[in-house]
Amino acid sequence: MSVSQEEQKSGAYQAHFRVWRGDEHDGDLADYTVEVHEGEVVLDIIHRLQATQAPDLAVRWNCKAGKCGSCSAEINGRPRLMCMTRMSVFDRAETLTITPMRAFPVVRDLVTDVSFNYTKAREIPAFVPPAELAPGEYRMQQEDVGRSQEFRKCIECFLCQDTCHVVRDHEENKTAFAGPRFLMRIAELDMHPLDAAPASGLDRKATAQDEHGLGYCNITKCCTEVCPEHIKITDNALIPLKERAADRKYDPLVWLGNKIRRRGE
Amino acid sequence: MATGTEPTSQTGATGVHSASRAAIPARHLRTDRWWLAPACTAAGLLAFIVYSTWRAFANADYYHAPYVSPFYSPCLAENCHTMRGGPNWELFGSWWGLSPALLILIFPLGFRLTCYYYRKAYYRGFWASPPACAVAEPHKKYTGETRFPLILQNIHRYFFYFAVLVAGVLTYDTALTFRDENYAWGHMGLGTLIFLANIVLIWAYTLSCHSCRHIVGGRLRHFSQHPVRYRLWGWVGKLNARHMLLAWSSLISVAAADFYVFLLASGAITDPRFF
Amino acid sequence: MAHVDRQAWDVVVVGAGGAGLRAAIEAREAGMRTAVICKSLFGKAHTVMAEGGIAASMGNANAHDNWQVHFRDTMRGGKFLNHWRMAELHAREAPDRVWELETWGALFDRTADGRISQRNFGGHEYPRLAHVGDRTGLELIRTLQQKIVALQQEDERELGAYDARLKVFQECTVTRILKEPGGPGAGSGKVAGAFCYERESGRFFVLEAPAVVLATGGIGKSFKVTSNSWEYTGDGHALALLAGAPLINMEFVQFHPTGMVWPPSVKGILVTESVRGDGGVLRNSDGKRFMFDYIPDVFKEKYAETEEEGDGWYEDPERHRRPPELLPRDEVARAINAEVKAGRGSPHGGVYLDVSTRMPAEVIERRLPSMHHQFKELADVDITVEPMEVGPTCHYVMGGVEVDPDTAAATGVPGLFAAGEVAGGMHGSNRLGGNSLSDLLVFGRRAGLHAAEYAASLDRRPAVDPLQIDAAEAEALRPFSAEGGQDAGEGRGEDAGRETGPAENPYTLHQELQQAMNDLVGIIRKESEMFEALKRLADLRVRARRAGVEGHRQYNPGWHLSLDLRNMLLVSECVARAALEREESRGGHTRDDHPAMDRGWRNINLVCEVAHPQGEARTADPALGQIRLSRRETPPIRRDLLELFEKDELAKYLTDEELSR
Repeated sequence: MSVSQEEQKSGAYQAHFRVWRGDEHDGDLADYTVEVHEGEVVLDIIHRLQATQAPDLAVRWNCKAGKCGSCSAEINGRPRLMCMTRMSVFDRAETLTITPMRAFPVVRDLVTDVSFNYTKAREIPAFVPPAELAPGEYRMQQEDVGRSQEFRKCIECFLCQDTCHVVRDHEENKTAFAGPRFLMRIAELDMHPLDAAPASGLDRKATAQDEHGLGYCNITKCCTEVCPEHIKITDNALIPLKERAADRKYDPLVWLGNKIRRRGE
Repeated sequence: MATGTEPTSQTGATGVHSASRAAIPARHLRTDRWWLAPACTAAGLLAFIVYSTWRAFANADYYHAPYVSPFYSPCLAENCHTMRGGPNWELFGSWWGLSPALLILIFPLGFRLTCYYYRKAYYRGFWASPPACAVAEPHKKYTGETRFPLILQNIHRYFFYFAVLVAGVLTYDTALTFRDENYAWGHMGLGTLIFLANIVLIWAYTLSCHSCRHIVGGRLRHFSQHPVRYRLWGWVGKLNARHMLLAWSSLISVAAADFYVFLLASGAITDPRFF
Repeated sequence: MAHVDRQAWDVVVVGAGGAGLRAAIEAREAGMRTAVICKSLFGKAHTVMAEGGIAASMGNANAHDNWQVHFRDTMRGGKFLNHWRMAELHAREAPDRVWELETWGALFDRTADGRISQRNFGGHEYPRLAHVGDRTGLELIRTLQQKIVALQQEDERELGAYDARLKVFQECTVTRILKEPGGPGAGSGKVAGAFCYERESGRFFVLEAPAVVLATGGIGKSFKVTSNSWEYTGDGHALALLAGAPLINMEFVQFHPTGMVWPPSVKGILVTESVRGDGGVLRNSDGKRFMFDYIPDVFKEKYAETEEEGDGWYEDPERHRRPPELLPRDEVARAINAEVKAGRGSPHGGVYLDVSTRMPAEVIERRLPSMHHQFKELADVDITVEPMEVGPTCHYVMGGVEVDPDTAAATGVPGLFAAGEVAGGMHGSNRLGGNSLSDLLVFGRRAGLHAAEYAASLDRRPAVDPLQIDAAEAEALRPFSAEGGQDAGEGRGEDAGRETGPAENPYTLHQELQQAMNDLVGIIRKESEMFEALKRLADLRVRARRAGVEGHRQYNPGWHLSLDLRNMLLVSECVARAALEREESRGGHTRDDHPAMDRGWRNINLVCEVAHPQGEARTADPALGQIRLSRRETPPIRRDLLELFEKDELAKYLTDEELSR
């Protein structure tokens, strides 16, 4: 672990970068050669480019610690957070290609218009507080909140939305499909031990299928692959949600049970 | 800002080449061997399909006392090989003239075809939808599992129920392998080990199914009120995390068990007996 | 310039972190049309970085806890310099603010009986921090964000538009608070709105509103080693100053004791205090738990003297005193600093923080998941098998806009409110961990409520002054017309006095500023160094006038930084001047040349105001600063609150005269 200043210095090298520069009209990959020091991440290099060669290079970033999910981009074609991608995972001779996320409209350089996600967020009905409980009276067991807590680790980097081929490769599906992040949000609420949506007449399972495009998901798991928080989006949120929707819509026993119960009411 | 949900393509190009997206001609910029995984998947599945089709239609060499090929168990037609104490269950009577394997293989086939892992495997491997993450798929349109026939994937849980029954029969078959060729109990051969390995993998794969995970506990809202089901859910969850691995290993083991029976039945080898 | 787009709102909230969003929710629920404006995307604010938890005396983990104990801890942590009324309100209201989050969908970790779990933290007598693993800030921001969305959904159902009564202007920056021209002299006018630009397009616009809530967070980006994100450029502090509102306590800057020190690119990133709260210990290169040597007199009775006693506390806090690793942050940061200076530091200039020998790997991964992840990903260190290397990092500014404790209204500028880190007074000279998130909620709500009441109480909306819009626009465009840059503001009067010299790179200026503040006004301060700092700041201010940028206004980070430099230079000068003036050591202000705490300084607040509020943020003469400093005596602590403390303890902080009162 003991690395002297000298060795740190000698760890520096020149790296080749191709960074997409442009706006909504046009753009291209621009070549740069830039210094890299030991322990740096891709975002450090982008910042060095800004400070030394391209002061107007647009990039979105915030915490630089993998907590805010702002610096999403595609590095060598793979959706990643720039702040959590260490330079040491690449070969020194390799040319790194950095582009903006390719599922969203580009604004400038590495910045994309992610408003699709905010639009979708608004379409998911919010948590419904149970009417009979006052603040401070909520009682929930750890095992009951565990599943939803996993989904609430989401930092909204939108890499899952970016990589999901349903919208990445089919712009026209954006209207009907909420994307993995927001289907996961539905799962989170449906698994919330105190969500009173059922009592208010809202069936989150059925609306996931009918209104938010759960059926578009063909569980090819790219969302899980790119998640920087390592949330098991597919296995723990989307598939359980599909199973819950199946309970409602494709399970004749449940369907029959509901019919009878409704008649009884 | 645009609302972001309106289709913005005017030029007819869609996906990553839509007018609003960053102008990058390449369909993808991945530099790793992203094609390797779908290619291997496709090759592996294809190999199994070829092998199993041959064996299913062969209608021969599937029984060598005390072993019955898992492809032919339970045997539901009259034209089956009579297996003493074995899984003969002549539901279909004498009119069925084809290979009896076809009657029963529908269930494991349906189970695997609608399995959440295999869906991923063949959507990626055969349909290229998508071929790999962030690699543009070649299709113009995509509706996923929203309409017929793929909406039928939602019936996976029924195949799961059948798969449990089939696994039960295969467990019975495995028990029968503790006999010798004269049906005397208390013996073991190499085949017994192969069958044991196979049945363990079959059960592990079946129980690791996402539908199973849902049924045993996933559908509950309050785990704390169902401690037993919560524990079961936890176990199934652990297995479920290895669903892919189990899917492949059980696929290979079932083929291996069948092939072993084929080798015995066709006389190519004899079963090494331990005791 | 009449062509600038104008929109009318009732309340404008600047900043979308915990305080800003809480204020917006309150203002909207009070019936005001509310706009939130933030530099980043909605939901990315610096609050997400908070890890440990929200301090609130709910008494779930220890039934002895109540607001009085919390109040006491807060005052002790701040070395009695806190505004007692803010500390009181904070301690009283924090539990309600946390419980309220649950009704909006927050999912905190639970106790065995299903209530909100609470964890130990430095300076808190009882386990008090409601938390979600080590990502509590994310939970807070997401909950508030989702509550805002819920309100927008209500509006959509009712009025047909999500944005009808509550709108978030994301990726926009405010550069000036606009006021109605007031009576004679500066600063007497009421707030009329805010001048803003959209980062994406560079387009200017004005939000007209009678009430503006500042909730912009801190100033950490003026320091080199910091846990703060790029947003923390002291915008709210500077906006308030320029609008004529004073700042207080700016000398108190908290250096969090544990930031990452290696690799260089992540130096400063926070290592949560929960690591110590859950059992992590600090060791020097000799393997010694050195914190036992650094327990100050005022805390002697409360902390363990031996390792055995300290270790016993985690299991049985009733019969053991707490380990000194859990002293308030200022004490721990100074101790680490001293160890490193004495040559007992780690290879990369920090000390060791170890959990690997203290608990099993799977417990570490469950309780500190993001720390495990952070070290694994960024430093290649597996904290379950080896110690972390940590050192102090600039984390929080206690100082800020002087506000009325009950209403969060800024002094002297009607219609201006401030809450959260940008407001001063609450934390005194040093903030306790976990008191930030509760501060955001308590005073965010109060700011929103009183901003709404104020806006509703006016019978006439203050009018925006077109001249101020023109001036703000010219100021914002100046970087494009710096020498060597494009000429976008030709022939304007204020450019005539432009200094000669080449255009300056804003990134270089920023780095020099950070270096100067880090080296000269950092964790340990000296008179001579602060004189030097003021000289360098003056020089940087002159050079910042020539900060030039290339390209156009569309999402141009160089331009954004040039504009932020004004704010950073202003607040840096406040910090340096106040630090030079306060000749004692207290909390987040340590003077090498005045190492002791002086009771005579306890009730003195140092107040910073802009010397020429209506003028440009510059002077021709670099020796003259922009900041005028004055002293103000704080109001005496209410008797019933004083009675919560033992006489002996009070004698350590209060002067004899105060005690006899």
